[in-house]
Amino acid sequence: MHDGHPHPHDRRPDNEGPLTDYQRMEIAIRALLIEKRILTADEIRRTVEAMDARSPALGARVVARAWTDPAFKARLLGDGTAACEELGIRMGATKLVVVESTPAVHNLVVCTLCSCYPRALLGLPPDWYKSRSYRARAVREPRAVLREFGTELADDVTVRVHDSTADMRYLVLPVRPAGTEGWSEERLAALATRDSMVGVSVPKTA
Amino acid sequence: MSPRFKPGDAVTVRRAYPPGHLRTPHYIRGQAGVVERICGSFPNPEELAFGRDGLPARPLYRVRFVQKQIWPDYRGAQADTIEIEIYEHWLEPATEGKTHA
Repeated sequence: MHDGHPHPHDRRPDNEGPLTDYQRMEIAIRALLIEKRILTADEIRRTVEAMDARSPALGARVVARAWTDPAFKARLLGDGTAACEELGIRMGATKLVVVESTPAVHNLVVCTLCSCYPRALLGLPPDWYKSRSYRARAVREPRAVLREFGTELADDVTVRVHDSTADMRYLVLPVRPAGTEGWSEERLAALATRDSMVGVSVPKTA
Repeated sequence: MSPRFKPGDAVTVRRAYPPGHLRTPHYIRGQAGVVERICGSFPNPEELAFGRDGLPARPLYRVRFVQKQIWPDYRGAQADTIEIEIYEHWLEPATEGKTHA
């Protein structure tokens, strides 16, 4: 076992460099909030746990309902926040705008200023969404970005980019995949992927 | 504050570069577009960022721009658009004769 071969448990380099200024600031503010009894450590932990528990499955439920219930879809496009709350999803302060893709219009969401994302429905954003490259290129050359995500659009499909610069958050309502007539909401929800609700992709096919 | 613009109005984004925390991306300053919807009124983030209350709340709009007008080398359909949230104090009525979305 140990005769000159690399040990199977080679030490992995620590992923902990020196703290950044922002990390220091966060630790200091957290310590102060606890010390001043404004928050408890358990409340902070619980909030982090709740944030981590949100996932694209919530958004997929909304999309699947909109695909099967035209009245719900109309309410969702009119007031995204209220329609999601109807399904029991806690939206908090999120003001949601739902943008509907059709065979003629494809929607794509980006936040060029930072990383605004509909966390209440999709959880934490993926790293690429926060990258400077995606943020800069999604507005300037959306079709090239879409192609890199494997999404080929015909030239006559309109691309509508939504830059999430202020108080709204955006969810794409993708086109319902063909061949799913009569499917249950649960089965449809499995086709509504995270990336299709950001708009870099389209849903899975039936 | 009641909104100064309504959906369909042609507007121009102010071409200004003040210091501070701003939510109006550089690439859209000076560009002409059309109000897509009124989002409501929100405390001014330029004030909130410095610990002030941001009141009175400012009307916020979604404005639609034509991509080919924003990026001269844009590769895509003529109808492609970009929509951005912009606070009222960054918008002016579009000047006569200017082409817009």
